[in-house]
Amino acid sequence: MMQRRLILQGLISGGALGLAGCASLGGTSAGKAKVLVVGGGYGGATVSKYIRLLSDHSIDVMMVEPNTSFVSCPVSNLVIGGQKTMADITNPYTGLSSRHGVRVVHDTVTAVDTAKKTATLAGGSTVSYDKLVLAPGIDFMWDQIQGLREAHAGGQILHAWKAGPETMALRRQLEAMRDGGTYAIVIPEAPYRCPPGPYERASVIAAYFKKAKPKSKVLILDGNPDVTSKGPLFKKAWKDLYGDMVEYRPQHKAVAVNAKTNTVEFEVQGDVKADVLNVLPVMRAGSLAVQTGLANANNRWCHVNFLNFESTAAKDVHVIGDAIQVAQGMPKSGHMANSHAKVTAAAIVAELQGIEINPHPMVTNVCMSYVDDAHVIHVASVHEFVPTQKTFRTIGGSGGVSDVRSDLEGRYAEAWAKNIWADTLM
Amino acid sequence: MVRPPAFNAAATSSMRSPLRWLATVLVAVLVATPVLAKDPQRLRTRALASACAQCHGTEGQAVQGEALVRLAGLPQDYLISQLLAFRTGARPATIMHQITRGYSQEQLEELSKFFAAQKPAQ
Repeated sequence: MMQRRLILQGLISGGALGLAGCASLGGTSAGKAKVLVVGGGYGGATVSKYIRLLSDHSIDVMMVEPNTSFVSCPVSNLVIGGQKTMADITNPYTGLSSRHGVRVVHDTVTAVDTAKKTATLAGGSTVSYDKLVLAPGIDFMWDQIQGLREAHAGGQILHAWKAGPETMALRRQLEAMRDGGTYAIVIPEAPYRCPPGPYERASVIAAYFKKAKPKSKVLILDGNPDVTSKGPLFKKAWKDLYGDMVEYRPQHKAVAVNAKTNTVEFEVQGDVKADVLNVLPVMRAGSLAVQTGLANANNRWCHVNFLNFESTAAKDVHVIGDAIQVAQGMPKSGHMANSHAKVTAAAIVAELQGIEINPHPMVTNVCMSYVDDAHVIHVASVHEFVPTQKTFRTIGGSGGVSDVRSDLEGRYAEAWAKNIWADTLM
Repeated sequence: MVRPPAFNAAATSSMRSPLRWLATVLVAVLVATPVLAKDPQRLRTRALASACAQCHGTEGQAVQGEALVRLAGLPQDYLISQLLAFRTGARPATIMHQITRGYSQEQLEELSKFFAAQKPAQ
């Protein structure tokens, strides 16, 4: 702690002096530009690495992230289903510092002053920046479902929608459930993080039940009018692989939970009781973005200029990943956050080097979903920035979903995970 | 020796040894030459290629032993022929036909040239 404080104080008082030592040798007088990245998920870690990479290490990057290792949300459903372990989805942050020279600080940013261009850390230190990238992910709007905050705090009704200790806690609930019991997942209205995620979770839990608790049931209670991603492929998998074990019910918008009876109440439909109740709360941009006044889309998501992901509410503040108000057809996914990060990194490097920002950036997305231990289905898309519309549009004729579920795509999903983790962190 | 701390980890770790610090500075000077750092086309090509990296590795250096191919160092002619074959459907695929149809022939050629020029990591 002492060391961290010393370093941060040095940044405020003497950071410029330290950098000037390098800068004078490098032939510039202004010193290295400083980018502060808040959040070390798929967006934050990727933007940190790629600013270093694309600037040929000429821009300094500090990344602030409270967790000391990266636990992946993608693939975490397989930990809940018992097919993978936490170790399988956990990677260190050390590659960002040792290979790319990112200063990784394990702390929390508590406040941002966008006028002074400073951020305050939980320890009380202040960091100044030339550019700020916020990758705060999501937080939850607990009050949208009455009783959920308390039921969750008590450890009874979990979401496990941020990979970490709660992932294993939900796994333990499933292991403790009697054969013949019911697991119910409650899905909020879109937009939410990872559109196909709830359906994948239901599928891999059904795969677990089929082997270990064959009299049990998986109930999908969806706040949406239909499956929001890869619907026909998921429905076919449920019918083919699990028969009556999986039941899908659309138009189930939750309004309250009762922790005493493990019951969920809906706006229109009747109450449902389950042995394991997995309720995904309504989501919004991470609280730091909301608190900083950046959530200017219904006080929920952050509008950005899609050319460089700069907030429309604050200059030199960029917002990426799940926290943004997305363009049409753009999912809130880890792959997409990684894509946002690369467009942002290239734009920040261009701006800080005084060259024109690419007027035609592109992003891709691939979401792979397991429907059992080995078989996977995907949805893919390619998006281009359209200057006249000032937003991203999916490119006509591109993208699509799997023809059929396959174990070949299962092997690709394994490789996707290994490669995106390396691309994000190593 | 007391040296003010710096924003990035490489510079901070270099504080431990004056020689290492000097080496880091020299490397930084060599790497961050204006020609490399301020070439708009090079930046755009690298950014374009980064969209392949989630599946095929940063700059084409895919994780070895997995099912997705490492693009770094593959022959340029081979890369462009395969990308175009995916696009027409001549080469069957699970996903690459859907991805390649989002790119122009010029972009696919630019990507082929870029990945062919990357030296495969050992």
